[in-house]
Amino acid sequence: MRIHISNGRVVDPANDIDRNADVFIADGVIVGVGKMPAGFEANGSLDATGCIVCPGLVDLSARLREPGYEYRATLESEMAAAAAGGVTSLACPPDTDPPLDEPGLVEMLKHRARLPEFAHVYPVGALTEKLAGINLTEMAELAEAGCVAFGQANTAIVDTQVLLRAMQYAATFGFPVWMQPQDPFLAKLGVAHDGEVASRLGLTGIPVAAETIALATILQLARETGARVHLTRISSADSLEMIVAARRAGIPATCDVAVHHLHLCEHDIGYFDPHARLDPPLRAQSDRDALRRGLADGSINAVCSDHTPVDDDAKQVPFDEAEPGATGLELLLPLTLKWAKEMKLPLVKALARVTCDPARILGIEAGSLSVGSAADICVFDPQAAFPISRETLKSQGKNTPFLGLELQGRVRSTLIDGHLAYDGAWG
Amino acid sequence: MRNPQINRHGKLQHLLTTEGLPREIITTILDAAAPFAEVAEREVKKLPLMRGKSIFNLFFENSTRTRTTFEIAAKRLSADVINLNINTSSAAKGETLLDTVDNLSAMQADMFVVRHASSGAPYLIAEHLAATGRDHIHVVNAGDGRHAHPTQGLLDMYTIRHYKRDFTSLTVAIVGDVLHSRVARSQIHAMTTLGVAEIRVIAPQTLLPTNVERMGVRVFHNIDEGLRGVDVVMMLRLQNERMQGALLPSPQEYFKSYGLTPERLALAKPDAIVMHPGPMNRGVEIDSAVADGTHAVILPQVTFGIAVRMAVMSMLAGGA
Repeated sequence: MRIHISNGRVVDPANDIDRNADVFIADGVIVGVGKMPAGFEANGSLDATGCIVCPGLVDLSARLREPGYEYRATLESEMAAAAAGGVTSLACPPDTDPPLDEPGLVEMLKHRARLPEFAHVYPVGALTEKLAGINLTEMAELAEAGCVAFGQANTAIVDTQVLLRAMQYAATFGFPVWMQPQDPFLAKLGVAHDGEVASRLGLTGIPVAAETIALATILQLARETGARVHLTRISSADSLEMIVAARRAGIPATCDVAVHHLHLCEHDIGYFDPHARLDPPLRAQSDRDALRRGLADGSINAVCSDHTPVDDDAKQVPFDEAEPGATGLELLLPLTLKWAKEMKLPLVKALARVTCDPARILGIEAGSLSVGSAADICVFDPQAAFPISRETLKSQGKNTPFLGLELQGRVRSTLIDGHLAYDGAWG
Repeated sequence: MRNPQINRHGKLQHLLTTEGLPREIITTILDAAAPFAEVAEREVKKLPLMRGKSIFNLFFENSTRTRTTFEIAAKRLSADVINLNINTSSAAKGETLLDTVDNLSAMQADMFVVRHASSGAPYLIAEHLAATGRDHIHVVNAGDGRHAHPTQGLLDMYTIRHYKRDFTSLTVAIVGDVLHSRVARSQIHAMTTLGVAEIRVIAPQTLLPTNVERMGVRVFHNIDEGLRGVDVVMMLRLQNERMQGALLPSPQEYFKSYGLTPERLALAKPDAIVMHPGPMNRGVEIDSAVADGTHAVILPQVTFGIAVRMAVMSMLAGGA
């Protein structure tokens, strides 16, 4: 298959390109940007007039809910959501049921995800068996099965000696360790940021210190062990400051933020909206503003969807009983564009945070439109309105605080290895 | 985001919290309660205002006292009252909160009086009723988690007004476990709306919510300083399970540091009143000499509570 994408504006952050150009694809690989390679004859074409042509998005956290939670989502439903969101590569956290702590489970997931219209799946293996924080997993075996990093999803390792050993062991093999910093004692029973909103609504709070104390532990152990640490979903200004300081001290830690945390804060809980129950919690406005700036200046390396489909039954309960999380694969692009517009960031800089930058953290060849690279491409109309509704969302999870709102920027087509994975039929 | 307790005509649809409740509505409720308080003095205490209406007391958390006062209020308005203690029935069988609501709605309920351990549970019910077009059913929050207990807050306002007439010249102290208290939150919001000059909270740091001062209160950790010159002392109940542990070392030490004794009460204005939402822990948060003393208005609070609940119920679902 040879595809000619014409009349689009190419934005390729990896190569610092933002110009009108055509893109040429042959056999799943990009063979030309701008000028047609000699002898190229297309047998498929895509008119990208008015659209932006960029690398397919790389999402550092998307829960596919398989195995174990198929009533919340299936690989099929969430892969359709990924394609509709322009996401062509994604990392999935190990908190499935059972957790991704055995090579067989990882192989099964990789095998199930091997369809051409499915995004490339990069499992994050469990750092400890059953995520219980007691015994290490067979990391070398898991890596062979396809795990690109090891982590605990949202669960903490309570025993710091186990955490030290896990990081030492991972460092031995050069495996990256992905940690979401949260002290389980300070976060105990907590459902919202410990601030004025939780106080007013009578919700049990999770103080910022729950994050910073766990973060300090992880950073110290990273220094001790030399483990390559990636901090997932940081939620506070204080954490960001600590990570920046740690880098200055020579600890090469990277970090990401969930896209919801760029736009929402504790006040968005409103009248106990269970869709605003997230993990980590939405924090103060000042935290949100720091995260927005941090992502713009690069001190936060990437933004992810933190896609967590939750069934209606688990959300139509009182706030403190609601399952945390929001659907995100289809909102990652429009919410990143919204952030970029509000921060007055050039598109080429903003899109780096969802393409080449997360690809670098994953250690994969993706997120660029360089000639010779895989044709993972997202074509989107930056002006098109995207109404967020139960009907428009492909994900089985309809749980988002943005439900009923309209965002700007909608995917027209998604190509995975040159294969048309999504063809937007919207007007 | 529209406040779900006010309908689009600006009228009270549900009573969920005192926060954001317009001053006119609070005043109207307090005014309406006064004649109901007189009914209680009559030999025949019944009025026909809610004849034929069905009120469901949905108590997902045990409370004999609050449930009883709601029941009396409804019966004095001639409503039919059905009491459901749900921890012992449906919830144990796995029925969800909204399924329970749907089932009872199908039994032609006119009002749900809801007590629930989760903050915000009555909002979920109110939103569900709105989403399913059942605007004729009203919800009264009878206490949700740590969030709100609006009828208690309003009966406290009635009590203050009864004894002090004007709110705007008052200094009021709330003493005790503000962190876990839905009563305190409802009192604070009602008082800020009614223009109370100064609201103080007196408690150790472990019993105060983060950023409590943003609710418009002055924080005192020392009870002697906090009580100086106040017109009203509102005591809060300290739950048994919180008397010993990581929040407080012992009930004895709590009484020593924060118990309301006659000596401490003497620091308040000579005509100060002492309130308590009940049930009291004598010798833990309050000395018996104060609880039974001349400043205490704790029993009148209970009596006024019925009148205020009658006012709220008849305003929401009364024929008029």
